[in-house]
Amino acid sequence: MLKWIPLLPLIGFVINGFWYALFQSRPGAKKAGATIPGVIATGAIFGSFLISLRVFFYLKGQAEDARIVEETFFSWMKIGEFSLDMAVRIDSLSTLFTLVITGVGTLIHLYSIGYMSHDATPGKFFAYLNLFCFAMLMLVMGSSLPILFLGWEGVGLCSYLLIGYWYEDIDKAAAGKKAFIANRIGDFGFILGMFLIYTHFGTLEFSKITELLGKGEFTALLNPAAVTATCLLLFLGCTGKSAQIPLYVWLPDAMAGPTPVSALIHAATMVTSGIYLLARLNLLFSLSHTAMAVIAVVGAATAFVAATIAIAQNDIKKVLAYSTVSQLGYMFLACGVGAYGAGVFHVITHAFFKALMFLGAGSVIHGMHEEQDIQKMGGLRWKMPVTFVTFLVGWIAICGIPPFSGFFSKDEILWNVFANPHGNKLLWIVGLLTAMMTAFYMTRMFYLTFMGAPRFNEAKLGANGHGDDHGHGHAPKGVHESPALMTIPLVVLAILSIVGGFIGIPHMSWLEHWLSPVIPAHDPTAFTAGNTVEYALMAVSTLAALGAILFALKTYSNLKVAAARKQKHSRLHETLENKWYVDEAYEAAFIQPIYELSVKLWKGFDVGVIDRVVVGFGRVSQWTGQAARTLQTGSIQVYAIVLLFGLVLTLSYLIKGFI
Amino acid sequence: MEWFNSHLLTALTFLPLVWALFGTFLPVKAAKHWAFAGSLLVFLVSLKLYFEYDPSGAEFQFIENTEWIPGLGVNYSVGMDGISLWLLLLTTFLSPLVILASYNGVEEREKEFYTLLLALQTGMMGAFVATDVFLFYVFWEAMLIPMYFLIGIWGGKDRVYAAMKFFLFTMVGSLLMLVAIFFLAYQHKLQFGSFSTALLDLYKVKLDGAGYFSTQGILFLAFALAFAIKVPLFPLHTWLPDAHVQAPTAGSVILAGVLLKMGGYGFIRFAFPLFPQAVATYQHAFLILGSIAIVYGAWVAMVQPDMKKLVAYSSVSHMGYVVVGLFSLNAIGATGSIYQMLNHGISTPALFLLVGMLYERRHTKEIKEYGGITKVMPLFAIAFMIATLSSVALPGTNGFVGEFLILLGVWKANPALAVVATTGVVFGAVYMLWMFQRVMFGPITKEENKNLKDLSPREMVVLAPLMIAIVVMGIVPNFFFEKMEKSVAKLLERTAKVEMVAAAGPRKDGK
Repeated sequence: MLKWIPLLPLIGFVINGFWYALFQSRPGAKKAGATIPGVIATGAIFGSFLISLRVFFYLKGQAEDARIVEETFFSWMKIGEFSLDMAVRIDSLSTLFTLVITGVGTLIHLYSIGYMSHDATPGKFFAYLNLFCFAMLMLVMGSSLPILFLGWEGVGLCSYLLIGYWYEDIDKAAAGKKAFIANRIGDFGFILGMFLIYTHFGTLEFSKITELLGKGEFTALLNPAAVTATCLLLFLGCTGKSAQIPLYVWLPDAMAGPTPVSALIHAATMVTSGIYLLARLNLLFSLSHTAMAVIAVVGAATAFVAATIAIAQNDIKKVLAYSTVSQLGYMFLACGVGAYGAGVFHVITHAFFKALMFLGAGSVIHGMHEEQDIQKMGGLRWKMPVTFVTFLVGWIAICGIPPFSGFFSKDEILWNVFANPHGNKLLWIVGLLTAMMTAFYMTRMFYLTFMGAPRFNEAKLGANGHGDDHGHGHAPKGVHESPALMTIPLVVLAILSIVGGFIGIPHMSWLEHWLSPVIPAHDPTAFTAGNTVEYALMAVSTLAALGAILFALKTYSNLKVAAARKQKHSRLHETLENKWYVDEAYEAAFIQPIYELSVKLWKGFDVGVIDRVVVGFGRVSQWTGQAARTLQTGSIQVYAIVLLFGLVLTLSYLIKGFI
Repeated sequence: MEWFNSHLLTALTFLPLVWALFGTFLPVKAAKHWAFAGSLLVFLVSLKLYFEYDPSGAEFQFIENTEWIPGLGVNYSVGMDGISLWLLLLTTFLSPLVILASYNGVEEREKEFYTLLLALQTGMMGAFVATDVFLFYVFWEAMLIPMYFLIGIWGGKDRVYAAMKFFLFTMVGSLLMLVAIFFLAYQHKLQFGSFSTALLDLYKVKLDGAGYFSTQGILFLAFALAFAIKVPLFPLHTWLPDAHVQAPTAGSVILAGVLLKMGGYGFIRFAFPLFPQAVATYQHAFLILGSIAIVYGAWVAMVQPDMKKLVAYSSVSHMGYVVVGLFSLNAIGATGSIYQMLNHGISTPALFLLVGMLYERRHTKEIKEYGGITKVMPLFAIAFMIATLSSVALPGTNGFVGEFLILLGVWKANPALAVVATTGVVFGAVYMLWMFQRVMFGPITKEENKNLKDLSPREMVVLAPLMIAIVVMGIVPNFFFEKMEKSVAKLLERTAKVEMVAAAGPRKDGK
């Protein structure tokens, strides 16, 4: 039963892969339509969703400490005592992830049927999408670190393939490669972290690792330095996959992929893998205060820096991308202060409202004929009413206005940062500032896109779109609302964005209770502040967000004022728009030097030294020339003579030396 | 038939050569079909080995033993264990594919070409089944000749230079090995009263093993030089890029697919159990060289303008993994290494075949001559992507299993070097994906590339088995481990145990 959750999308991948190879791969094949591949892929992932639901309710029916199901496919690797099973397992943590992946996944698949309807190779697209779901499900269901890693790298592959889906644009292809390599740098840490765990635990299976971590007499004997190293190495993996400092640079570029991909992979699921890993091994991470502090600081710094950049971006998807990086930083901040449950909570609500906003942005881009610059939008509220209303919901949710879902999860994080035993007031201030910036730039984006007067010439739209890749041959002229296939998922996600937060209402959190077998709940008495402070802080953060929203509305309702303000701080604005020049710094510090060194090694050492030593035996090269001529006549004598010579030498040595 | 069953290894080994000799009587036109049929037959018969090999035993099976040069104690003796089984099957598996892939590319002196290919196969198989060290040496040298001519006659512009370089490097290394073999035979005479070059006899020879330049140390170096050149291990690798660039596709495939494996095979079959103390002495030196090879090969691969050269340097990097895995001297690392040899024998041939297919269409291997090829050759793109992923060791492909086990094994032996070796995971992705991007993605910029034909049915038949192998080996590695687990354990046990016994006196267990 369990195994069909990942297997269904895998089957979908195989079918669509052949569909593509047989019908849509030939150059010049007529646009084949997205319906059949789309229905196959959506059906596969929807099937997984239904099974995930069943598993969830099955677990719900069990006693708390019996909420684990495991299934083994076969033995993967076995060498002596080292044994690894290809096995999947679902417990109270992973069941939430499978529900989000398959649930949001189904909606995004459905949406994609509409979005990709004019694409030339939808079979390929849906094959990749299904393959992604398979890998993502293996990631959260893997029973051991290597199986998790199989999914971990698998989602990286699909991300690479889908970012570069429109490969004819070399920038998009390059963005895909950048993502893969940034992830590989993280995976370098992941692999070594795995080895450290194997050294110290003697196993890579989660059930056994968790069991050992539960024993005080075992953890007391662990070398603290090794634990810290393990945690930091695994966290390096997380910074790659979940786009944190220093490896976050790939995610904004990843927006080159089709928008449903951005919603599914680069907002709702894959990028939250890091949080899953921390939550999965929370008992381990909690053993190292150093590692926890690093995670909290990196999370807070990422949240803050990404938010500053988001303020100055004009591409609607780039704003959302930096917002995602920033929100992921929030989740790591939560984990860093030991509030793993709050991190997971934010993963879930973020999946709803960020997927919603990405799909909404996709709808806007679709309707605007591939325009992504918010400076050239405006006034879309009447043209695209459904998109407008649902996007509005997403906007309120991410700004953290109650009772929308974002409020609850964000507040849970801020409260933990402020008051829980591992918390830190300074980090809380950073978190609050980030929340204000988030409200500001989201309002800016929302206002510039939907409100005010249109700043585009409707008749000219689509003239310079990416005609070949995403042609609009049949689409109506002018700005238009998207078809129902695309708006229905928007509506569903909007509803979830409104009510999603109710699973984690403070003091009666269903979620915290549900996760308690995996993530031990905090002792409320250990908090450094009481209920009154908690409610006061809630009010503070809500008011801060409202203030930021009003400030943004005031600024952007008069674009002349906004432009003047931008002019006044042009230096800062330019730095932010150029993302603090981090890409450029990496290029100068790492990429260029390694490249130049490699050329030097090749030309200087390989050709210059080794070859010269070997071939440069002076006479040898002469002899080479002669041998070349004899070779032409097809003579085998050369070889025979050399061999004979060698034999004589050897034998004479033997006879003289030993007999 | 009875003779055939009791001499299965000999029959299989010499079948290609005999088949090729019969082929010389056929018209030129039939040469390729004759060769293909022969290699296919060999492959099918070799499957018998898989089914009949008993994995519960660690010792050689299918043993044959005939006196050959009694004065020197040389016997024609062959046998097969779980390690040689897979390398043999790799050889027989690749041969028909290589021949089929050459159907269009080779137009001159066809008959000679296929005759040499089949003769080469006999040499390779012989080396994998020889259990007499001198016999191994004979096959080892015999492989050189056909390869030398394959590069020298059907190669590219600088084929003669490349062929000579290949020949010189390999020759120098193997002559010292020959001396060492005779020395061992002589030592056997001193200790046991008669010359012998039988591997199992030589295990019993007691040699001084203390220090870097003890008898064991020097003999080990003589063997190791031959094997390290063949692998090729940094810094002895520079013959490989030239040989690959100049060799015809078939030559590159066999070279990368099987010949390089001779080096790794030589280490574990001969150098390790014969000179256990020396191996322990030199372990970290080889771990260091192997780690350098991984990083160095990857970095230099990254800046290559020629696709074949890039893949050649990637081989240096990948074979670096094999070396560090073997020298981790534990079961995980060594099994990973042997697996990595098989993987490399699948993925690199696939890459060379793919490059060869592009070459047949455009007659250039320069990366900058391509770009946007996915648009016109989508099926080719799929195959190229799968081979690339195998090369970057993505989990789910064969490459991952090998690299993961090797790195874990090295981690147990020397964590610091494991960290260095693991950086190869990053750089490996850089050079492969960058090449893929420049060749396959972006707009088509060259007019000549606009009408390239996608894979023909023949080419699909060539590539499909390799693609299937990449995935199958990634998902069910146990299928392969089962047959070789005991043999690997036995060899490692010998490597570890002889060390102690050697210190105490001659071995008594007789193995």
